[in-house]
Amino acid sequence: MLPKLFFGYFAVVITVLSILVVTRRNPVHSVMWMLLLFFNLASMYLFLDAEFIAAIQVIVYAGAILVLFLFVVLLLNLREELKADRFIGSWPAGLIVAAAIMVSMVFAINSFVPGPMGTYSIDYIQKETYTKVLGEVLYTEYLFPFEIASLILLIAIIGAIVLAKKRMRS
Amino acid sequence: MKETVDGIIGAGGFQMIINIVIILLKIAAVVAVALLHVAYATYWERKVIGHMQVRLGPREVGPFGLFQPFADGIKLFFKEDIIPANADKPLFYLAPVIFFVAALTSLSVLPFFNGFVIADINVGLLFLFAMSSLGAYGIVLSGWSSNSKYAFLGGMRSASQIISYEIAMGLSLVGVMMLAGSLNLTDIVKAQQQYPLGIFAIPQILGFFVFVVAAFAETNRLPFDLPEAESELVAGYFTEYSGFRFALFFLGEYTGMLIMSAIAALCFLGGWGLPAFITNNVPHILALVLGLFWFLIKVYAFMFFYYWIRATLPRYRYDQLMAIGWKLLIPLALANIVLTGLVKIWVKGIL
Repeated sequence: MLPKLFFGYFAVVITVLSILVVTRRNPVHSVMWMLLLFFNLASMYLFLDAEFIAAIQVIVYAGAILVLFLFVVLLLNLREELKADRFIGSWPAGLIVAAAIMVSMVFAINSFVPGPMGTYSIDYIQKETYTKVLGEVLYTEYLFPFEIASLILLIAIIGAIVLAKKRMRS
Repeated sequence: MKETVDGIIGAGGFQMIINIVIILLKIAAVVAVALLHVAYATYWERKVIGHMQVRLGPREVGPFGLFQPFADGIKLFFKEDIIPANADKPLFYLAPVIFFVAALTSLSVLPFFNGFVIADINVGLLFLFAMSSLGAYGIVLSGWSSNSKYAFLGGMRSASQIISYEIAMGLSLVGVMMLAGSLNLTDIVKAQQQYPLGIFAIPQILGFFVFVVAAFAETNRLPFDLPEAESELVAGYFTEYSGFRFALFFLGEYTGMLIMSAIAALCFLGGWGLPAFITNNVPHILALVLGLFWFLIKVYAFMFFYYWIRATLPRYRYDQLMAIGWKLLIPLALANIVLTGLVKIWVKGIL
């Protein structure tokens, strides 16, 4: 009973907060609702026994990425978003796409079959602590994808530096 | 009693309520003690800096000026609360609360002596980073919502300083995590017992250096207090705050210093760990008290170091601050991680 209650609470709050993020006129207020949203998502991870992911969610998303959003918003000095009427209403197309996604989701969830139990059961993870298990899997079984991901990030960093340097020269 | 409560909320309900009450009592004790420490940290700072500058410091209120923090608190509490005309009111109210809450929440994972910690979680160290990154929001928002140029510049400076130095601080503690093999602060303290002098500061001397410098920058203290540089920005991000909202920033800053000192004591200086010949020969309760005492001495020593540096060094320039953070501290911390890893693989007996 209690887990379902918690899940229901977080599901409702996360949905409401996401709607608040996209509907605020003031971009700084949007960013603040998003901060609250990230904390709720982190609680959701905690609820799934994934304390490492929860901490990383707050440190990386709330602590780094969202601060960058805030910087951009503050430096552009957008106090209030301008609102103008659109020439073409696009809501019927949006409605059709959303309904199609929802129908396929309903079918997908109905035909969902839980896979066979692996080595990493909840008891095993709680005994070994989540962080340790994640580290072991990440650096043995999934080492190659992990290295590819880090290489992609490195390319992005070098690309950013190259772009900044080019602007400096001209 | 137990049966009736269990009857109402189901089996184990009584135990759950007892646990909740114990946790609430622990929180009350930690917050009360921490706030008293913060109050006297301000008094002590004024005394130390006063004597270093050949002055006497506060001495009017009570014997040796000992009641000065309470006088300051009462004064701030009764001051008029001024809000700038074009301020963004909800965020203006929220910013000091975010800053103070982030600082106080960090207290919940610190073990003060063997077995006393409010929340003994597996990712204690990461939780501290998460809370310190939340504190940055209080600063940015206070700067932006005041609608003042000084506050805005202070907030921007502070935010970029905090997120830059957080990387260096996180990386400097990775060495500690590798040696201890855990992110839990209690485990980290226990792991240090096997090392010379019971501290990580010797095998992790590079990491300790990076951590100390980053800790000064994270808490916006001299020589890195550019966000509140008086000669340029009046008071920085909290220029427009008055009365008790200002006091919240002040309390948050000193709580932050206390937490940084506690992290230094726990992760690098051995925390409450005592030599085995003492813990084996004295009664358990006395060993706990001695451990708490030992931990507090380390925290006070680090706090004194903060004051000492403040009285000694001038302020850096902003570009120098960023250069130190990105070009010196982060490479040093990365080198420390590689070195620790290599030594741990090759010399299994030592580390």
